[in-house]
Amino acid sequence: MTDASVPQNVAPPPAEVPDVDLYHAHSWITKYVFSQDAKVIAIQYAGTAITVGILALVLSWVIRLQLAFPGAIPFIDANVYYQSVTMHGMIMVVYMLTAIFLGGFGNYLIPLMVGARDMVFPYVNMLSYWVYLIATLVLVSSYFFPGGPTGAGWTLYPPQSILTGTPGHEYGIILMLVSLILFIVGFTMGGLNYVVTVLQARTRGMTLMRMPLTVWGIFAAAVMALLAFPGLFVACLMLLLDRTLGTSFFMPSLVELGERKDYVGGSPILFQHLFWFFGHPEVYIVALPAFGIVSDLISVHARKNIFGYKMMVWAIIAIGVLSMVVWGHHMYISGMDPWFGFFFAVTTLAIAVPTALKVYNWVLTLWHADIHFTTPMLFALGFLVTFVNGGITGLYLGNVIVDVPLSATLFVVAHFHMVMGIAPVLVIFGAIYHWYPKITGRMMDERLGKIHFWITFLGAYAIFFPMHYLGVLGMPRRFYEMGETAFVPASAATLNIVITVIALAVGFAQSIFFYNLFKSLKYGAPAGGNPWRAASLEWQTPETPPGHGNWGQQLPVVYRWPYAYSVPGAPEDYLPQNAPPMRGEHSP
Amino acid sequence: MTAEPVTTEHVTTESTLRSSLHGMVADWSSDQRSFKSASWGKAMMWIFLVSDTFVFSCFLISYMTVRMSTTVEWPHPSEIFALEIGGKKIPLILIAIMTFDLITSSGTMAMAVNFAYARERRKAAILMLVTAFFGAAFVGMQAFEWTKLIHEGVRPWGNPFGAAQFGSSFFMITGFHGFHVSIGVIFLLIVARAVWRGDYDVGRRGFFTSRKGRYEIVEIMGLYWHFVDLVWVFIFAFFYLW
Repeated sequence: MTDASVPQNVAPPPAEVPDVDLYHAHSWITKYVFSQDAKVIAIQYAGTAITVGILALVLSWVIRLQLAFPGAIPFIDANVYYQSVTMHGMIMVVYMLTAIFLGGFGNYLIPLMVGARDMVFPYVNMLSYWVYLIATLVLVSSYFFPGGPTGAGWTLYPPQSILTGTPGHEYGIILMLVSLILFIVGFTMGGLNYVVTVLQARTRGMTLMRMPLTVWGIFAAAVMALLAFPGLFVACLMLLLDRTLGTSFFMPSLVELGERKDYVGGSPILFQHLFWFFGHPEVYIVALPAFGIVSDLISVHARKNIFGYKMMVWAIIAIGVLSMVVWGHHMYISGMDPWFGFFFAVTTLAIAVPTALKVYNWVLTLWHADIHFTTPMLFALGFLVTFVNGGITGLYLGNVIVDVPLSATLFVVAHFHMVMGIAPVLVIFGAIYHWYPKITGRMMDERLGKIHFWITFLGAYAIFFPMHYLGVLGMPRRFYEMGETAFVPASAATLNIVITVIALAVGFAQSIFFYNLFKSLKYGAPAGGNPWRAASLEWQTPETPPGHGNWGQQLPVVYRWPYAYSVPGAPEDYLPQNAPPMRGEHSP
Repeated sequence: MTAEPVTTEHVTTESTLRSSLHGMVADWSSDQRSFKSASWGKAMMWIFLVSDTFVFSCFLISYMTVRMSTTVEWPHPSEIFALEIGGKKIPLILIAIMTFDLITSSGTMAMAVNFAYARERRKAAILMLVTAFFGAAFVGMQAFEWTKLIHEGVRPWGNPFGAAQFGSSFFMITGFHGFHVSIGVIFLLIVARAVWRGDYDVGRRGFFTSRKGRYEIVEIMGLYWHFVDLVWVFIFAFFYLW
């Protein structure tokens, strides 16, 4: 397409839409509480997500303590254990990771990175946060109801999840389902905003292929979420009806405690299909924003354009499309036609192709680059290693015959914590260290940041790497107590204790991060507008932190892609996206 | 038309297809907007409707699954959904009226959109009220049908005619659709009031949103309304004709 005779980077076409009529907050309440500014909403989202994330972290200690010292801690009985497993999983996956990537980073970065004044529907955006907050409160409130939260496991499989044997069957399960339905409603409002902002509210010169990969990742994830959450919505509604009205969508005829229940003729497998139709895309709803963010971190801190930008974009799209048709690999042991197993195994393994392509491109971006080992870069590199590790075990589990013996063991737990637990969390940390200067105007402490990185990265490895081994030994997941089990050697118990001790230490070490976060707010070194000398648009705002409406009087005009680093002949080693074109420049 | 050779016509369609494909590629590789003719609101409604399509698809697929996997016989729709009028059982009569009613409302909605863009406020508002009336009538007839079925002993958890899942999925899916219609009626009334008062001409700001609206909202409302109608056609086919 590139023709040398055609002058590159001609001035972009004139604005197609008049500048927006911004809503200006008049009081403290409308400015900071019921705010319609995407940046404030982003911080509200992220704050709420991190708060429930801390709760989920504490719950993981409860799980670990029980696994290491079965029965030694008096308050951890089987009910508490199962409730902790359930709440830890559900909070981390939905209320923490999804909310912080899309609601937090999405809200903050999309308008700034595409050169918009705000999200396209700020009022709906505000509602999105408040519905999300209510959903979170409903979920957490289940601790204060008789019976406590549900202990059904985060997958909530019926029939077990709504029968009386499961802790929290009185109120916990109902609150969980209501909370999820609310979350989906809230998310839909936000998700529509993210998608339409990216598609319809870019500034002059900002083509889709000039968007930072962060925006691509969040955009693709938001589209997928809008298509995948309906599965969970329907599953939750039907399970709620089964529990409250006694319908039999998912409930077969069964006898419980010697008593025949009124349920008749439902299909438990149907729930699994609906749940995983959401559940698998959910993995990529979390992973794609992380992919995007990590691409930007690597490019900025290695002072080099991302290798194969177009391929990276198409890989994101390919992963998004493929991930909608792989959900069956979570159900290999649920009983399915072998041909379906074959189909789902093929699609699952096919995802490895675009994913590996991304990994190669990250590595090739680093190749011969001017790598600055800043805290964000360390976290990005940590992500690479962790993600490759988790991805490779994914190939094991994607194969039906390998999956069958490994299913429901700690191997699976190790796999998904590596790939969608630790890896995205490392990216979240890296992203916070990276964008904190833009959000607050001050730098975070680099030394504390590096200490935090090494403890978190090595610690996470020490927790989850041995867990693969325990899984291969056959140690099952979700068991309250192993008891006398011949096939698990005594040394496994020792390993469990080691893992638990490290988990507690790594958990507590996160206080370094929070100390850094709050201390830097006041005492951090002033950052200036663009401390990382980054080229993408969010660093070029007239004010830091960006004011209401982001861009002052004039919207920026974009002349090139966001990866113009180490451009030959440029005055500095980067060219901001909105800097006027240089003579003879050939940036995309 | 007949004088034209077939081959030319063929080539013309192909070249229009190609030029429209080129146009689409050009739009998507341009800056600012991917859908050049769609405003933010319209784009948002379309994308919401895609998401909502997935919700209804999940409902209908679940319904088909439970209907096929239950071992008990499914109640016969033409008997269940028959009304006794003048001592004669007429199958599907109510549902035919309901469908006719809803499709008529789509027509009045389309006319309202046209008049709104022509700034004929009174006509647009009246047609929206008529649409809302048809919508309310639909929900009313649905309530009537629910009452009739409940009197006959159909419950979400079971019924005397066959598989328990009949009542469960019927009440859930028609209820969810009826909820959509009700939401639509409420918003139609709100927008009709704003059109009638001329809010969009004088730039009056919304009570909640503090923003000025535009006549386009009538068309966005219409998109939603037509979607709800379209979904009904599927529900109708899967529940009453299968």
